Amino acid sequence: MLRINPLRRYLREGSVPHSLCPGCGAAQVMNFFLCAADELKLDFDKLVAIGGVGCTARIPVYLNAEALHGIHGRTLPWATGIKLHNPELKVVIFAGDGDAVAIGGNHFIQAARRNLDVTMIVVNNLNFAMTGGQVAPTTLRDLTTTTTPYGNREQPFNLCQLAVSAGATFVSRWSTRKPYQAIKAIKRALQHKGFALVEIVSQCPINFGRRVLGTADPSKNIEWIEERSVTIKEARELSEEEISGRFTLGNFVEKDKPVFEGSSVYNST
Amino acid sequence: MRGVMGSKRVLTGTHFMLGNHAVVEGALAAGCNFFAGYPITPANEISEHMARRMPEVGGKFLQGEDELCSIFSVTGAVLAGAKAMTATASAGFNYMLEGIGYAVAAEVPCVIVDVQRCRGENYATQADIMQMRWGASGDHEIIVLAPSSVQELFDYTIKAFNLAEMYRTPVIVMSETTIALMREKLVVPSPEEIEIVNRKKPNVPPEKFIPFKAGPDEIPPLPNFGEGYRILHSLNPHDERGGINWDPDVFESMYERILGKITCHCDDIVQTEDFFLEDAEIVLIVYGSESRPALDAVRYARANGIKAGLLRLITVWPVPEKRILAVAKQASRILAVEMNVGKYTGEIERIAAGLCEVVRVTKNRGLVHTTAELYAAIKGVMS
Repeated sequence: MLRINPLRRYLREGSVPHSLCPGCGAAQVMNFFLCAADELKLDFDKLVAIGGVGCTARIPVYLNAEALHGIHGRTLPWATGIKLHNPELKVVIFAGDGDAVAIGGNHFIQAARRNLDVTMIVVNNLNFAMTGGQVAPTTLRDLTTTTTPYGNREQPFNLCQLAVSAGATFVSRWSTRKPYQAIKAIKRALQHKGFALVEIVSQCPINFGRRVLGTADPSKNIEWIEERSVTIKEARELSEEEISGRFTLGNFVEKDKPVFEGSSVYNST
Repeated sequence: MRGVMGSKRVLTGTHFMLGNHAVVEGALAAGCNFFAGYPITPANEISEHMARRMPEVGGKFLQGEDELCSIFSVTGAVLAGAKAMTATASAGFNYMLEGIGYAVAAEVPCVIVDVQRCRGENYATQADIMQMRWGASGDHEIIVLAPSSVQELFDYTIKAFNLAEMYRTPVIVMSETTIALMREKLVVPSPEEIEIVNRKKPNVPPEKFIPFKAGPDEIPPLPNFGEGYRILHSLNPHDERGGINWDPDVFESMYERILGKITCHCDDIVQTEDFFLEDAEIVLIVYGSESRPALDAVRYARANGIKAGLLRLITVWPVPEKRILAVAKQASRILAVEMNVGKYTGEIERIAAGLCEVVRVTKNRGLVHTTAELYAAIKGVMS
């Protein structure tokens, strides 16, 4: 008998089948989010899901919520306007690494600095996937992508460190190999008041796997991430050289700070 | 002038006010409750005045990290239910084009003020007129209003909000250094005397609502986020239900409707002003602050027995084609007066082609035309 995934009821009518590639990590992350939202009984009438442009940015298109989509890198400005005007709304951003810290990099640090009350889920697949596997600010050094045919000469961003430095009040990183931890982190992020970042290091079998790793097998791609993953505790024992090219997984920050209410607030002290 | 909290949305009375401040007062009178801006001269007084005034009326003020943050936070706030505005100057307007393109395609009513300036300096110009019309990518129509005084900055900012709400589209107030940094008399009417238009809201429950299906007026109702309608607002081609849809028929009909909202209502949108046109043989066509010396020059010409007239464009986009055509049929010569290298002149030449001669009267040196210069231009075409 055909069984329908109970989370299907959170998807917009007519929006599936989705356009993500077989084995894509963004689709897994959508699942993680729906598990977390379901457990929290999130009210989708009050949920605004925001995506810019990219594979991950497609997630809001599928969710049966209020949604914004289609402009590259401007998810946080949208969220800022929405939250300032109606703080009762729950705003969740789904962004790829390009959306979040390439074109949207300034918005990312500014929103973290302000402690804007949003949940930002970044699917970091280490490349520009939708456009064909170009180098991203998150691509590891020396990897060959379609625009670094002789190897990447740049240092990658550490998204979580960047967010912590800028002032984010909840910061967590997991990978698609750690679904239960990822779901738990998303739950905590959704309950958090303030700028909450959950980065999920993800496989991209088609444009990263095929071109960079030489395999489009999703499980091999996931294992490649797993081999490079360390816990925060393990990371403490490693030198800077040893840690480069690895993904430190865990919860980095969780603290309470006043959230952003606008640049000019009457009688503020 | 500044009142206590909550009591002063409309500052009814007579003021001596800076143009940039009049924009703010107009916006507040129109119901604006969200403003975002990024510092840029000569638009700073708009942000600074908004920062003081918004908290007084219970609205939100945001100083964005850049113009992109400003325009996109405005569109976000509008979809959450706000009436929102941003203000910038020429170089900053460049960055906002991305957001204006989104606002057109996703049909987000908002107001953008561009205080035009010459390349990085505060000199007067009207050089952005084509950028305002054509700058955003993709096929689109846009409404642009051109005030010529402090009073009109107030009046037309209200009008801009009303047009935005009426047609569910971004509207640009084309300001200029000249009027933005000028102090003049401003009369603010009482709230009852100010016409306010609010966006059409759905009159059916969410399960019966088709978000991008419009009636004969081509304008779909717009609910706020959080009211249960769960609409996808995408830049991508979308069908009537809001779903992304690349069917060529869907794409074509979506843009026909979005463009049609403006083109089909062109006669209702455009506004012009006539001076001495009844028997005029030489007609100046002007917009913005150039209207001021132009009207003086026409009056002087009349005093000297010359049959001169003036057509002043309050709406520059969409083009008031019928009015320009009527002038072209009547006059022997049109003087197209602009404070740039001659841009809008092309529109006038297109409409007047074969009907009458169009003479370009342009000035591109950071200064408004003087009355003497325009009178000389009138005399010049007579000889």
